[in-house]
Amino acid sequence: MNTNCSNLTEKYFRVNRLPHIWCPGCGHGTLMNTVVRAIDKLGLNKDEVVLVSGIGCSSRAPGYLDFNTLHTTHGRALAFATGIKLANPKLHVIVIMGDGDSSAIGGNHLIHAARRNIDITTIVFNNNIYGMTGGQYSPTTPYGDFATTAPFGNIDKPFDLCSLAQGAGATYVGRATAYHAPMMQKLIENGLKNKGFSFIEGLSLCPTYYGRKNKKGNAVKMHTFFKDNCVDVKVLEKNPEKAENKILLGEFYNNPKPEYTESYQVIIDKFQNK
Amino acid sequence: MNSEKKYKLLQGNEACVEGALAAGMRFFAGYPITPSTEIAEISAQKLPQLGGKFIQMEDELASMAAIIGGSLAGLKSMTATSGPGFSLMQENFGYAAITEIPCVIVNVQRGGPSTGLPTSPAQGEIMQAKWGTHGDHPVVALTPNSVQETYEYAIEAFNIAEKYRTPVILLMDETVGHMREKLQFKDPSEIKVVNRKKPTCKPEEYIAYKPDEDMIPPMASFGEGYRYHVTGLTHDETGFPTNNNEISGKLVQRIVDKVEKNIDDITFYEEYKMEDAEIVIVAFGGVSRAAKSAVDNMRNNNIKVGMFRPITIWPFLEKQISAVSEKAKEIYVAEMNLGQYFIEVDRVAGKKCPVKKINKITGELITPKEISDAVMGGRE
Repeated sequence: MNTNCSNLTEKYFRVNRLPHIWCPGCGHGTLMNTVVRAIDKLGLNKDEVVLVSGIGCSSRAPGYLDFNTLHTTHGRALAFATGIKLANPKLHVIVIMGDGDSSAIGGNHLIHAARRNIDITTIVFNNNIYGMTGGQYSPTTPYGDFATTAPFGNIDKPFDLCSLAQGAGATYVGRATAYHAPMMQKLIENGLKNKGFSFIEGLSLCPTYYGRKNKKGNAVKMHTFFKDNCVDVKVLEKNPEKAENKILLGEFYNNPKPEYTESYQVIIDKFQNK
Repeated sequence: MNSEKKYKLLQGNEACVEGALAAGMRFFAGYPITPSTEIAEISAQKLPQLGGKFIQMEDELASMAAIIGGSLAGLKSMTATSGPGFSLMQENFGYAAITEIPCVIVNVQRGGPSTGLPTSPAQGEIMQAKWGTHGDHPVVALTPNSVQETYEYAIEAFNIAEKYRTPVILLMDETVGHMREKLQFKDPSEIKVVNRKKPTCKPEEYIAYKPDEDMIPPMASFGEGYRYHVTGLTHDETGFPTNNNEISGKLVQRIVDKVEKNIDDITFYEEYKMEDAEIVIVAFGGVSRAAKSAVDNMRNNNIKVGMFRPITIWPFLEKQISAVSEKAKEIYVAEMNLGQYFIEVDRVAGKKCPVKKINKITGELITPKEISDAVMGGRE
């Protein structure tokens, strides 16, 4: 498998749509790259890949990629994707959302898509802020942090998106960061292989809004934060003390269960065989 | 078809599903809501038997999104709801309009606003059907007044949606949804079924939103090899977003024009005893049945009265209403709201003759007597 970046660009990007709209230092480009590499690694047929997104910075990613791409309304990407997947289960449906997109306005769709265990790979680019609208706090903005709508510090408690998805019924759950790109790619590959609802959280960085408002430094410093403050969930087995005050990454849950469109097909087949 | 099977005693909501299936519906996403729920229940029962798909979504926002997804993946798609759900569907109704994804939305109207009168008839969403979603956009809304018509106009709704690549509303009311009448099924050979226009070019030559002469771009389904982009942002012919003012304006103008300029093709109405009518009652849906009775009763008293019944509620039948106003001395618009369709009738006919309202918002059907009393009272 050729992973040369320029070849991947040529093969999977709509080059005429570039440059992208993301700010300098934004983590979304790296995360988009991991999505493409995972698709390439699995050798999926481009005609059978559908990328669906909602609204926000993350949701611009599908427009740059040469698949069947659907840029929907804020929060609703999973509901559109559910319609596509159920109508044509042969398609590989991938949803890219942001943190506010997936867990505030789209929170209800997220938990129900997870509950159904419909075969959709959901990837959240989590930058802890509403970037497109200029830096308002989101459901993943840490407690006490600042945002344009939290000028005195955020008093909302943040979601742990992976726990939320797992609790709701996702059958594959993992987290990586824009710094840990190879791990992110591997998790997406595994998510795509899982016949069911897969949820991969990609911690991104927004130096422009979240970073500046909270004095996190430039993009390099924000990447360094990921490097120094994340540990693989595997440490919990032998050295749980290493996980103290750290962000856990890696594969959290992998437990296949009956998939929604397959279960529906069983009902259809009952009538076909009559 | 077996003659014993050709007739059935059915509810309007059941007839809606029968018509939709006859038109080729193979995908339904919905959320339970009175008084439309039977449409979901029957779809759940029948679709898998035909290899089609049914899904109960988490809410109406999602239902509307799911049918757009289903349609984009190639299946003729429908949802059904009532007032509160119709409000939630407005968001993605606009998305279907600007992305030109064919789909059918059934609204069995009940009393509003808010939770209102869930089990009672109303016609309170005449204006919402037209203006419920933000921005200028095309709207087609059809209003049947019987079980038979519900079946026939469900078919028509799909045909218009497919032909013009636009969402179509089947605007029923609780009276029509829950009444039981004889339905005469059509033989499949007599049913005209329209399917969306597909691209005939090679995938690499496909320009997803480049319209043909008829203003309608051919539509490929996702998965057919025509990889393209769909967005709710204003977009150019390639389907990609643009901030170009001229292109943005042209897009919205085209999606409106493709419907408005083809109005004759989607114009459906009934005229009853209109030949010599001096007084005209304009009524639609459940109320038109009372209006017809009222016309008969008043005709027995030698009142020259007739009924004009729009079946196409949107686009507004300006030409026909204008013609009615040329001959009429008085027009009464009878509707189960405080005068929504009246606004449009008065706009067009008001210059030629007085236009008056007959309204009822109690959750009860307007009776023939209430209509004739209003008309006779106005003629003392």
